[in-house]
Amino acid sequence: MVEQIPNINLAWLVPAFPLLGFLVTGLANRKLKHNQAGIIASAMVLLSFLVSVVLFFILRASGQNEATVTLFNWISISGMNIPFALLIDHLSLTMMLIVTGVGALIHIYSIGYMHDDERVNSFFAQMNLFTFSMLLLVMGANYLVLFIGWEGVGLCSYLLIGFWFKNPEYNYAARKAFVMNRIGDLGFILGIILLFFTFKTVTFSEIFVQASGFQVGAPVITLITILLLVGAVGKSAQIPLFTWLPDAMAGPTPVSALIHAATMVTAGIYMIARSSILYNLAPLTLNIIIVIGLATAIIAALIGLKQNDIKKVLAYSTVSQLGYMFLALGLGAYSAGVFHVTTHSFFKALLFLGAGSVIHAMGGEQDIRKMGGLRKKMPLTYFTFLAATLAISGIPPFSGFFSKDLILSKAFEHSIILYILALGGALITCFYMFRLLYLVFFGEQRLAGAHPHEAPKVMTIPLIILSVLSVFGGFLNIPSLFNGDSEFITFLQTAVVSKASEELSHSTEIGLILGSLLLLGLVIFLAYRTFVSKSIIPAKDGEPMPFFSKLIANRFYIDEMYTTVFEKPFGYLSDFFYNKVENSLLDPVVDEIGFTTSRVGTLLRKLQQGNMSFYLFAMVAGILLFIIFILIV
Amino acid sequence: MNEITSAIQLIPLQHYIILSVTLFSIGMMGVLFRRNIIAILMCLELMFNSANLLLAAFSAYHSDPSGQVFVFFIMIVAAAEVAVGLSIVVMMKRNVESVDINLLNRLKW
Repeated sequence: MVEQIPNINLAWLVPAFPLLGFLVTGLANRKLKHNQAGIIASAMVLLSFLVSVVLFFILRASGQNEATVTLFNWISISGMNIPFALLIDHLSLTMMLIVTGVGALIHIYSIGYMHDDERVNSFFAQMNLFTFSMLLLVMGANYLVLFIGWEGVGLCSYLLIGFWFKNPEYNYAARKAFVMNRIGDLGFILGIILLFFTFKTVTFSEIFVQASGFQVGAPVITLITILLLVGAVGKSAQIPLFTWLPDAMAGPTPVSALIHAATMVTAGIYMIARSSILYNLAPLTLNIIIVIGLATAIIAALIGLKQNDIKKVLAYSTVSQLGYMFLALGLGAYSAGVFHVTTHSFFKALLFLGAGSVIHAMGGEQDIRKMGGLRKKMPLTYFTFLAATLAISGIPPFSGFFSKDLILSKAFEHSIILYILALGGALITCFYMFRLLYLVFFGEQRLAGAHPHEAPKVMTIPLIILSVLSVFGGFLNIPSLFNGDSEFITFLQTAVVSKASEELSHSTEIGLILGSLLLLGLVIFLAYRTFVSKSIIPAKDGEPMPFFSKLIANRFYIDEMYTTVFEKPFGYLSDFFYNKVENSLLDPVVDEIGFTTSRVGTLLRKLQQGNMSFYLFAMVAGILLFIIFILIV
Repeated sequence: MNEITSAIQLIPLQHYIILSVTLFSIGMMGVLFRRNIIAILMCLELMFNSANLLLAAFSAYHSDPSGQVFVFFIMIVAAAEVAVGLSIVVMMKRNVESVDINLLNRLKW
């Protein structure tokens, strides 16, 4: 029995603050003046962040690795006991700090970004609800609490993608995200049910203790992990369920930053890392994850090369980076995956907020072909964007370098082909990010009549903080190569059981890093020559392109393929059922039942005319019949 | 008490039964076929009392006085009921200037 850590019960405050914020801003929606909702919402998330920090130090001071805080007994039926409990360990603390820390910055940024929106109060209510759900997701001590958070973030994602619901296309994007997530959730909930059948509990710690009784490759564990993986694939936008994420960019930019880059889409990675013990028992599933992750990383990066919408480029880059995290998970390097989640949340949130700042300055224009030359007009945005671009490209000493290099070296340990493919993806990432940077900030301004200006302080300060994190976030985990002691990975090791792997020798590692740096430099130079020296602007829509470019620009026709394979047949089936079954068969039958009842009613109505003598006669006849009946029977 | 009982027993039980059934049937026919509400009430009383008669007769033949006590209760309750019934008749007369029950179908509205 682990002794209770003093003050750890503060944990309930972490999700409670955003919930309170949601209730206040949601219920007093009409009463709150402009900006008040934003300030309340940001303050709540900030308070959550502070409590998370306090919890971090409480846990560190106690010398224990984890603590469970049971709030109440949620479901208690014979043989089934599910407490509503929060788990505080190093993994959930990491995620809590990301969600509340990055979340608070994005909330503050939104005060400026959403300033002129008429439904700004609803926006903040939904953002707070999202934060609450996300915190439940990462703090839940069993799969069911995790699942509440999982569904909650899905709902908020739907609401916020369709925030500007007057545009039918945005609604379509919101529905698409919701439906695609639903496919994943089905797998997830089946996985939870199977878990319960196998282990008779859904609490993490109890399952993981029992799991040691299973052999590696046990079929039931493999099935469970695959089902959970389906959920993660849906939520984290991996092949084949990734097409919703780029469309999700229909939402306001801070939403893209918070939900569709920094936090919600990493829920799948969190869940797999949390279940690392189960996944270690299922090598087959790990191999599937490697394939999915690598394919997603490369295909999304390729698509990113030809996108012309600033947010779409970032969206595909998010999908691609999530692919890298999956690759890390598949290699059994769960902590490396979570480390990439952390650094990615810094630099991708920064990229999106920077993009928001650009869009704000350009008066809502998102097409990078119409931007250009913003470097001088918006120096602050430029420098922060540059920092994030360097980070995502994996240039040392920026944060992305450390996390991506860790994943790449794990891939190298696994097989050289994996390494080459992953490195190829990283090079493509570098190319499209610099393409974006050069097209937006370099060259001449191409949109006539626009007067770009730097964003207000409330937006730039979060940018600055995030850029500091993007630059230095990598120092959380300095590998032994640079005389560090991999603090972050060691920190996570208590909560996440990574597969043991032999360290690469330092000389190999240096060789790999130098090689990749050389290639990265080459790619940046190539991008510079193409987009700055020659100032080539991507072709307009509809212009003829070489076959392969066209394939990429059209996103490999994956959306079209889904439309043909799933949507259209489903539509035909619906039409058939509507026209033939519903209209010609079911409707007439139901109508006839109604008409008959009504006709019989018309007949019987004649008996109910208030004629007393008839009533009396009926009564006596009834009694007589009754007596006769009794006498006979 | 015994004298009354023996007096009742002078007449065979079948005669009481036949009388009661006759009275009851007359009452029932009256309830069914008369339209005057006062006549209907009277017929109801007739049915009541045919039952009372039978109770008294059986009670005598069984030498069990509780049947006759029961008759008293019924008569008291019937008196109360008649008070209610007659007041309904009075109200009806005041409202529709008639005691024809067929006019009561107006209550439907």
